[in-house]
Amino acid sequence: MPETIIQVDNLIKKFPVGKGFFTALDTISLRIESGEFAGLIGPSGSGKTTLLNILGSLDSPSSGEALVLNKSIGKLGAKEAADLRKEAIGFIFQTYNLLPVHTVYENVEFPLLLLKRTKKERNLQVEEALEWVGLQSKRDSRPSELSGGESQRVAIARAMVKRPKLVLADEPTANLDAKNSFHVLDTMKELNERLGVTFLFATHDDKVIQYLRRIIELNDGQIARDYTPEKRQQS
Amino acid sequence: MKLAIYIAFKNLLGAGLRTWINVLVLSFSFVAIIWIKGIMLGWDHQAKSQLIEWEIGHGQYWHTNYDPNDSFTWDDSHASPSDTLLNAIKEGRYAAILVAQGVIYPEGRMVPVCLKGINTTQQVLKIPTSFLSQEENSKSSAIPVMMGAYMANSCQLKEGDQFLVRWRDKDGVFDAREMELVKVFATPVPTVDAGQIWLDCSTLQNMMGLNNEITLLSLPSNESNELLFSNEFQFKSKEFLLSDIEKMVQMKSKGQSVFYLVLLVLAMLAIFDTQVLSVFKRRREIGTYIALGYTRSEVVRLFTIEGGVYALLASALALLYGYPFLLWQYRNGFKMPVDVAEFGIAGSNHIYPLFSLALILGTFLLIAFTTLLVSYLPARKIAALNPAETLKGRLS
Repeated sequence: MPETIIQVDNLIKKFPVGKGFFTALDTISLRIESGEFAGLIGPSGSGKTTLLNILGSLDSPSSGEALVLNKSIGKLGAKEAADLRKEAIGFIFQTYNLLPVHTVYENVEFPLLLLKRTKKERNLQVEEALEWVGLQSKRDSRPSELSGGESQRVAIARAMVKRPKLVLADEPTANLDAKNSFHVLDTMKELNERLGVTFLFATHDDKVIQYLRRIIELNDGQIARDYTPEKRQQS
Repeated sequence: MKLAIYIAFKNLLGAGLRTWINVLVLSFSFVAIIWIKGIMLGWDHQAKSQLIEWEIGHGQYWHTNYDPNDSFTWDDSHASPSDTLLNAIKEGRYAAILVAQGVIYPEGRMVPVCLKGINTTQQVLKIPTSFLSQEENSKSSAIPVMMGAYMANSCQLKEGDQFLVRWRDKDGVFDAREMELVKVFATPVPTVDAGQIWLDCSTLQNMMGLNNEITLLSLPSNESNELLFSNEFQFKSKEFLLSDIEKMVQMKSKGQSVFYLVLLVLAMLAIFDTQVLSVFKRRREIGTYIALGYTRSEVVRLFTIEGGVYALLASALALLYGYPFLLWQYRNGFKMPVDVAEFGIAGSNHIYPLFSLALILGTFLLIAFTTLLVSYLPARKIAALNPAETLKGRLS
């Protein structure tokens, strides 16, 4: 029986705007199992990134419950939230967010340094991660010397190197051309299948959507539809 | 902590020119502060030792009425020392001085002076009293006298010149005689130069009618020998005699502190500016650190450590060029841009700075502390940013 990675119940997130509040997420409930390759889709302002940030413990809910790996995000202290991100969650961003002064190898190695892995372990795991994304030859390059596609593959390697249980990818292909987008998506799909890592995307890119095995459609902070692509085709 | 230091080093070295400019400015402040303080220490040390060598010896005995700053007291500030002491003075073991007022008329001008009679055999002070001995100057009937270069210059006199001196003896009777300037000596101590005329003590005693009487006595070592003196003389320790110059150097030192404070503030502004700029330039990086598992306090720590690394790199750079520079200064000294005599305190125009371990360590700690502080302050600002916003490169 698959493990529940994410469980969200009646989640509400409000942001202060002037004297009132803007409700970004309105009574969201969903469950994501281990090994899923799912995506939050919807127009800009629908709440995709807000939900992703809460699930990544970068933000906290206004009310309701968000359990990630059985940890209630709203109840986590700063240190516990940081530990959750450090140990179990990988992030992939639209703008890659590589550390500019570090080489490719050092960028990928960084999460392992935080986990205090030995040098030998780090070396093995970084080499393996670079092999997954096909960037062994670029290990000594700096981010400024890489193309957009290469940068995003480094970001994937960095997210995957610690073998997280959950990878959160926020618009991972938004800055990439079609060829690089498919390359990156193929890499992520392969890692999902090979390693069983759960992927949750926030996207409105059709190229990403066609790879998803589950689509959660958000509209005005609410789940409009939650379906698998086959059902969408049927509907 | 080890990881934070590694990352801080990596970040700073990776930032290239920006880092090195900051490090250079900081290292310059580091060296400049040590140098300026070293000059002040050296000046203090030199001024004191020159005052000891030229004027006060290792302590003095003053006639109880004597006040060097009040010339009206001088008429009554003299007494005869004991016979034992008189013999010791003749042997040159003490520098005995009789102080009197007078007026000289070089080329018709009237110049009030302080006449100081000193035993020519004295070996306590650096004043070249051997030039005053009667044997050396027996050819002329004029009284052989000496004065410092500053005094000679202000009176427009040179060696060999003769001029008239007028004085009042112990009974208040005016008298006058010719004096001959037999020696103009250079001294770094203005108080043995400006307004002073030095002559043989016995000559002045004869002029004043004060046989064997003296006003003060400089000692060769730091001792107060009560047996040598009557109640008419009072011991003045070296520390007491140096207290004025100590206060003046301290005052000058405070003035210099403003200068190095400005230097320090400039260096700190560079660091502060860089760290504040980081809030804007490195916000995405900060968000990334948090996404990868850093807490906000760890981000603050990282940026504060970056400030500390600045101080370390600046110290290393300062060592690289500062050590040879300061060593060169220590050996060759520093020529003061203005005449030190204008400050009114002792000290040659060539100052040899002194650098103590306490000065170097103190400066390092001061710079390290202030660098950490100006790094910590913007880092606190960074910590307050919303990581979700910073990940997108936005400020919340």
